[in-house]
Amino acid sequence: MGAEQAIMTEGLAKRFGAVQALAGVDLAVSTGEVLGLLGPNGAGKTTLVRILATLLRPDQGRAQVCGLDVVRQPAAVRRLVGLSGQYAAVDAFLTGRENLRMIGRLAGLPRGAARRRADELLETFELADAADRVARTYSGGMRRRLDVAASLVTRPAVVVLDEPTTGLDPRGRIGLWQLLGELAAGGTSLLLTTQYLEEADRLAGQLVVLDQGRVIASGTSAALKARVGGDRLELQTLPGHDPAPLAAALAGLGAGPPVVDGALGRVVVPVADGPAVLPEVATRLAASGLRVADLTLRRPTLDDVFLALTGQPTGQDAPPDAGHQDQGGAVPAA
Amino acid sequence: MSASTIAERPIAAAPAGRLAGLVSDTATITGRNLYRLVRVPTLIAFATVQPVLFVLLFTYTYSGAIHPPGVDRYIDYILPGIFVLAIAFGASQTGVAIADDLANGMLDRFRALPMAPSAVLAGRAVADAVRNLFVLALMIGVGAAIGFRFHAGPAAALGAVGLAVAVGLALSWVNALLGLLVRDAESAGLAGLLGVIPLLFASSTFVPVATMPGWLQAFAKVNPVTITVDALRALCLGGPTATHVWQALAWIAALLAVAVPTTVARYRHTTAT
Repeated sequence: MGAEQAIMTEGLAKRFGAVQALAGVDLAVSTGEVLGLLGPNGAGKTTLVRILATLLRPDQGRAQVCGLDVVRQPAAVRRLVGLSGQYAAVDAFLTGRENLRMIGRLAGLPRGAARRRADELLETFELADAADRVARTYSGGMRRRLDVAASLVTRPAVVVLDEPTTGLDPRGRIGLWQLLGELAAGGTSLLLTTQYLEEADRLAGQLVVLDQGRVIASGTSAALKARVGGDRLELQTLPGHDPAPLAAALAGLGAGPPVVDGALGRVVVPVADGPAVLPEVATRLAASGLRVADLTLRRPTLDDVFLALTGQPTGQDAPPDAGHQDQGGAVPAA
Repeated sequence: MSASTIAERPIAAAPAGRLAGLVSDTATITGRNLYRLVRVPTLIAFATVQPVLFVLLFTYTYSGAIHPPGVDRYIDYILPGIFVLAIAFGASQTGVAIADDLANGMLDRFRALPMAPSAVLAGRAVADAVRNLFVLALMIGVGAAIGFRFHAGPAAALGAVGLAVAVGLALSWVNALLGLLVRDAESAGLAGLLGVIPLLFASSTFVPVATMPGWLQAFAKVNPVTITVDALRALCLGGPTATHVWQALAWIAALLAVAVPTTVARYRHTTAT
């Protein structure tokens, strides 16, 4: 136990009325490590982030940041943790510079230091040109960058980010990934939540998959990918056609059984090496005489991860789509 | 962008003494709210157009119909009441702002910082007080232009301004609590107004209590708005003041004694949904 762990949680549980947001979560993030917390909406990611940022108290279990207990030593924890919440929490009527100076002053920096730190972060986050415009005029990506910059004003040892790239365009997303990568390279410990496997894969050395308040898988990105399989081959039948014969024609080709979605007329096959199996796919399709409307090769999504880990698609907390269920839903074919 | 700018550490954020920290954090949050005051259109309107409209409309529409005993001009009677009206309406914006901050994650950000928890609310209340000083000066200026005069000397006039600002402080805290409880900005603003409108009208603000039906008089006489407006009126117009002022101050102190700790406690346990 101790200072070498940036974040540690043990049996963390939190309930809101009838909803068990966290049901006993154990986590460990070593100093300088990046942990990706992957899960669908309602998995408990935000609750966990808020407990670590001292905004919520857990019902059970404990959480420590750099060896300090978030419930018993919240003031000390706040000096170590930077929070970038689910919303870009910046004052829309202050300029970028005013926002960062305000955070610096509130975090206890003297006036001059707060000013210098704001200038430095505006430069780093490519906001220097917009520094004296009110944040209301910023694009979504700029607001998000300002928000992440605000969480770094005190150079926190640990930064928790709740879905930091939500709402960003691809370019903005890649830019933020780069900044977070540099932050981690500089020794800051990061915990970031995401719904995107690609994002977790890109940034995090360690992944934890959360579902309905429980950890359902954890390990390195490579280990998780090995369990999930490499790429996904997705075939779409012609409108009104049964996808089952397609699945049968491709049997044995993938790294796992084909998944048939009758409602969407879709077959998804996990494949270890996508480009390598394409010739065989073409051969089998030609031999079977089956026609497809669309054929794509893609990286696995969170849905694929959940299907591979639990045999269930994500969104179990959402009301089930009755029509979808009636027609078989997405179930792994034997 | 270089790794060193974002990753070198530590910035020595020396924890200041508790009181020094509270004062400094409150000053920072006050500054934030004053910046917003001159940049948010609805706040500018609440601080400028509305008070002037109140002074002109109430003076010219009611002055022909209402002749309170003991005053020559209705504006001398109504202006102390309009002080409270304008300040109470303006205070509803504090509930709006706090509910907004809660919804968009600003309160989460503040709560995650190593800062004094009461500063976010105290800073808002202090900024409101600054705004109220401006609003009072504006109303006194416009009122003077159309006939209003202080009749009890400069010390009493300053006392009236001070008492009006104190009323505003209490209302800021009450509205901040409403914002935290109601959580939705529009509802918080509405709740802030609906709460004070009956109190304002069933009081001595616009008409003498003696002209009301008996059952309403019973309420109006103990209504804290009547007590406050009567105290302001005494300070503006002269006559016996001490009892009125002490009663008004007692109400304000009682309101603050309940609202401040309740609001701070609520703030410390409220997160965005």
